[in-house]
Amino acid sequence: MSRSGAALLAAIALVTVLAPWIAPNRPDQTFSQLLYAPPTLVHVWDGGPRAPFIYRQRLVSRLERRFETLPHDRVVLRWFADGRVVTGDSAAGAPLLLLGADGYGRDIFARLVQGARLTLVLALVATIGATLLGALVGSVSGYAGGRVDLLLSRVTEFVLVLPALYVVLALRAALPLVVPARTVFLSLTAIFVLLGWPTVARGVRAIIASERSRDYVVAAEALGAGRGRVLLRHLLPSARGHLVMQATLLLPAFILAEATMSYIGLGFPEATPTWGTMLQDASNVSLLADTPWVLAPAGAIFLVVLAVNLAAQGTRGAQVQ
Amino acid sequence: MRAFLVRRVAFALVLVACSSSAAFLLTRIAPGDVTTTLGPFPKAREVAALRARFGLDRNWAEQWLLWASRAVRLDLGDSFLYNRPVSSVLGPAALNTAILGVAALTVATASGIFFGVVGGSRRGAGAPAAIRAVSAVCVSLPPLLSSLFFVFLAARTGLLPAGGMTSAGSADVSWGAWLLDVAWHLPLPAFALALPIAATFERLQSQALSEVIDQPFVSAARARGVPAHALIWRHAWPASLRPICAVLGVAIGTLLSGSFVVEYVTTWPGLGRLMYEALRARDIYLVAGCAAAGSAFLACGTLAGDLLLAAVDPRVREDTAA
Repeated sequence: MSRSGAALLAAIALVTVLAPWIAPNRPDQTFSQLLYAPPTLVHVWDGGPRAPFIYRQRLVSRLERRFETLPHDRVVLRWFADGRVVTGDSAAGAPLLLLGADGYGRDIFARLVQGARLTLVLALVATIGATLLGALVGSVSGYAGGRVDLLLSRVTEFVLVLPALYVVLALRAALPLVVPARTVFLSLTAIFVLLGWPTVARGVRAIIASERSRDYVVAAEALGAGRGRVLLRHLLPSARGHLVMQATLLLPAFILAEATMSYIGLGFPEATPTWGTMLQDASNVSLLADTPWVLAPAGAIFLVVLAVNLAAQGTRGAQVQ
Repeated sequence: MRAFLVRRVAFALVLVACSSSAAFLLTRIAPGDVTTTLGPFPKAREVAALRARFGLDRNWAEQWLLWASRAVRLDLGDSFLYNRPVSSVLGPAALNTAILGVAALTVATASGIFFGVVGGSRRGAGAPAAIRAVSAVCVSLPPLLSSLFFVFLAARTGLLPAGGMTSAGSADVSWGAWLLDVAWHLPLPAFALALPIAATFERLQSQALSEVIDQPFVSAARARGVPAHALIWRHAWPASLRPICAVLGVAIGTLLSGSFVVEYVTTWPGLGRLMYEALRARDIYLVAGCAAAGSAFLACGTLAGDLLLAAVDPRVREDTAA
């Protein structure tokens, strides 16, 4: 179970890194004749075995978003051309659309793998930040004890009870509503870090507080180790398992938070492909029934969350051993 | 017990005061205010009049003091967006969120406990494995995804309404018809909200039950000849309730956060949607009111969770009494 989760995560990471080569089209290229076009099926049989090809799609009715495939118009896929692994004939209006096209006629698959970069990197940076901040607050609180501990613990508990999404919403809304993508990235990361650290800190504090009086710590102090050294070299390693486990809980939560914020229009600008901005296409209910492929980002989020959960089961199992 | 209650109520009041004030001040210092509704080239006189009407011409500390002094008398000010007292907008929205939340929590608790007991009782070969697989999927299916998926299913099949709380044109029908209409719209958002929480409960319950089943008192009951069904539901299950009661308070927070997403996706006219609209319109008093109502829900939920935990676990009661 955990191995399949790790393998899935590795595959997702690979696709994300190789996004520009894997995507058959540019993520911002619009095919004006192919708004909400369904996915193109790849065929290898037409009267006999052939090199992989697709049929050209033609718009029948713009109003009903109806397309037909032209059975005699084969477009043979080109491999390792134009700096891409595989691509259709984009210039002639017959692109390879593995997951169909969105409302602007852009390749959903290309935007999905490109958007993975922003979505996943944002979640990863925020997870690392929140884990570090939580470890810092928790270890200071657990090691110092007394009044410092009391104050930090109260703050931790207070942030912990707040319903996270509402706080994200309120903090994000306090900024100007329309801001460039770079500012969104920085502000969302900061907000996620500010909300994510308490769960980490609470566990770290408990672990450090119970380890503090152990013999090996007393021995290290007796040997003249400074407070920083005792904390970093002797105490924090005992919280490693907890840190990893909390990180596996924070990462999916942050991916979802970004998707939610972008989906409701308080995240990245529409033109920037992230999984959240792509989901905006799914908010039109009457459209959704006919074009289920706009839900592809939701599928991608599900896959990542599932992969992290499966992989995390492994680390929890290892802890018990 | 009384000291415990007093402490929790005090904490609840602090929570409500802090979060509504924080929301108030955040929205106050955010760029843009109500005067953007006057159009691109408003007259200076109109801008000044509108600012004066809502107290925006004072500085933020003065405005907060004024608002706070009225808020303790439960006068939450006027909404810019709806041009009505905040409380008259807030009441129905809070009720709608409560309906959704209670329905989802009921579904999540009932199904989570039932499937958890079936899965953890180690009887039969297929059922526990199937339940574990389904719950692994559902845990990874947070409200954003589940509600989008359900809306898609509803739009595709037409079995249930895909959004809203009532059908169009149901404004002036009888009470019974209105209730029926709401009950018709409720299952989709409630299940979307309940699914991930139910899966979490299922895991906790099944693990707790499989631990309890190994304990001597269960073996003793089995040796006395208690039938398998009664053994699990009458003897083992009540002893395994602690973990679920312990997370119930946390689940309320998850439920509130989740209900925002579900309300947005399924256009359920609740607190989350109202807060979102208010934040976008810089409707300061409405934002503060929504924050107060939300944190009041949260405080009630955690309090109920704690009381429930004390009811099933005597150790907690002794801790708090000491």
